[in-house]
Amino acid sequence: MNLKWKVFILAVLSLVLIGIYMLTNAGGNWDYIMPRRGMKILAMVITGGTIAVSTVIFQTITNNRILTPSILGLDSLYMLIQTSLVFIIGSGSVMIMNRNVNFMITVAVMVVFSGLLYKLLFKREESNIYFLLLLGLIFGTFFSSISTFMQVLLDPNEFLRVQDKMFASFNNIHTDLVWIGLIAIALGVIWMLPYLKYLDVVALGKDQAVNLGVDYDRVVKHLFLIIAVFISIATALVGPITFLGLLVANVTYEVMKTYRHSYLFAASIFISIIALVGGQLLVERVFTFATTLSVIVNFVGGVYFLYLLLRERS
Amino acid sequence: MVVAKNVFKLFGKKKVVEDVSITIQKGKITSLIGPNGAGKSTLLSMVSRLLTSDGGEITIDELDVAKCRGNELAKKVSILKQANHVTLKLTVKELVSFGRFPYSQGKLTKEDDKHVEEAIRYMELTDLQDTYLNELSGGQKQRAYLAMVIAQDTDYILLDEPLNNLDMKHAVQMMKVLRKLVDERGKTVAIVIHDINFASCYSDQIIAMKDGKVVREGTVQEIIQSNVLKEIYEMDIEIENICNNKICVYYA
Repeated sequence: MNLKWKVFILAVLSLVLIGIYMLTNAGGNWDYIMPRRGMKILAMVITGGTIAVSTVIFQTITNNRILTPSILGLDSLYMLIQTSLVFIIGSGSVMIMNRNVNFMITVAVMVVFSGLLYKLLFKREESNIYFLLLLGLIFGTFFSSISTFMQVLLDPNEFLRVQDKMFASFNNIHTDLVWIGLIAIALGVIWMLPYLKYLDVVALGKDQAVNLGVDYDRVVKHLFLIIAVFISIATALVGPITFLGLLVANVTYEVMKTYRHSYLFAASIFISIIALVGGQLLVERVFTFATTLSVIVNFVGGVYFLYLLLRERS
Repeated sequence: MVVAKNVFKLFGKKKVVEDVSITIQKGKITSLIGPNGAGKSTLLSMVSRLLTSDGGEITIDELDVAKCRGNELAKKVSILKQANHVTLKLTVKELVSFGRFPYSQGKLTKEDDKHVEEAIRYMELTDLQDTYLNELSGGQKQRAYLAMVIAQDTDYILLDEPLNNLDMKHAVQMMKVLRKLVDERGKTVAIVIHDINFASCYSDQIIAMKDGKVVREGTVQEIIQSNVLKEIYEMDIEIENICNNKICVYYA
């Protein structure tokens, strides 16, 4: 099947799902329901799109299909930030209560951390992918251990505030944040544009990319920082959600069977929207909020991950 | 002409390439020979800017490799490393098209298509052009990569052990193609090679390295001699003249 047709079909599918989500089960209160649902959809499109695109970029840079940016420990760092804010300043403080302030702090810390990690990793000539995995894992474990330590000591009421942040959720999206996130992501996309053409070549590996005239270190640095910004924004908006990327990126490769990133990006964004809106439909209409979106995404993603591992073996 | 002047490379504290100065002459095949760990591949990687040197200067036709823009250099010099393992699902034609990236930045023009087609024909891959890379044999894959380099259309072609994992037939085929590129198209080829008989039969110039230093530099006649080879490899190698080729017998 033609690649453009595939993308078109995926686009139609996501529009249909969005349509079902927006228009069914409204109960007549259109004025109340439409803006609320619209906001949720917008948040899902933003986070789904950024997670999908950054995972595809990350896997291209690392030449590895089973890695996601969560290996960098950004999810754990997010939890650490939230926990320490509650632990040190208390849940009543402006940094927790005011979502805008909280969002800004979270994004800033995560981006700075990624910058430092980048410095540590890629300044060395033999930037080794396994070294990156190891460091990311160690940082991730370190962050979650400290978070757990603080959570244990927290007052139960305060802990509830932290627990709110532990799972990705679209049920409580803040309108202002969606707009801020949208602007930040638009800036990120503009930043990303000049580097897009290099992605196909970078996928060939470092040696080939350099041979073909790509300023590899500079390109990878920018792509890496863009990933960090995207992931930080998505996480600060809805909570830890990078696991979605693994599922979406790999389904995209299987569906598209191409190396061309222009198609991969388009397809991954739509598949991401299908996963999120579909998942949210299940959560709201089938399970009536008895479960969370991340549980569903993680369950499906986890099963798929196992399948991938088993298949790579044979 | 490729000129390296007093080039250094350190891996940690170990000097892998030490104060090396060489010249790779235009329009010739130059073979880099020497024992394992002599620094041949490292030197070639530095010439092709895959590695940065820790000292010294490398110029290609007066362009400083360290300062020149990557894209300009990509139209001048290409490199093929031994380990080419790509996880992407690519067809031969798609791979060869990548060779045009320095010119087209990913948007192929008619001119680019012509080069791609021609490179595929040159490497006799026309029947295989829509086959996926992972379905090819080692020899075919190597040919596909060389086709990409040909499509890149650079004056200088550097190859790091291109004969690795190839049987005699394919190895000879590869060397003949390189010879043809030099003789018919005026390309300059530099290869790192372990089989000294291939170096002896197909190259013009030989540079011998050992322990990070250049031991000898000269024509095939000058280097393929028992006493010189003994100095390089520390073993007795007899030279026989067979069909006008100097063949080294080292299977004592």
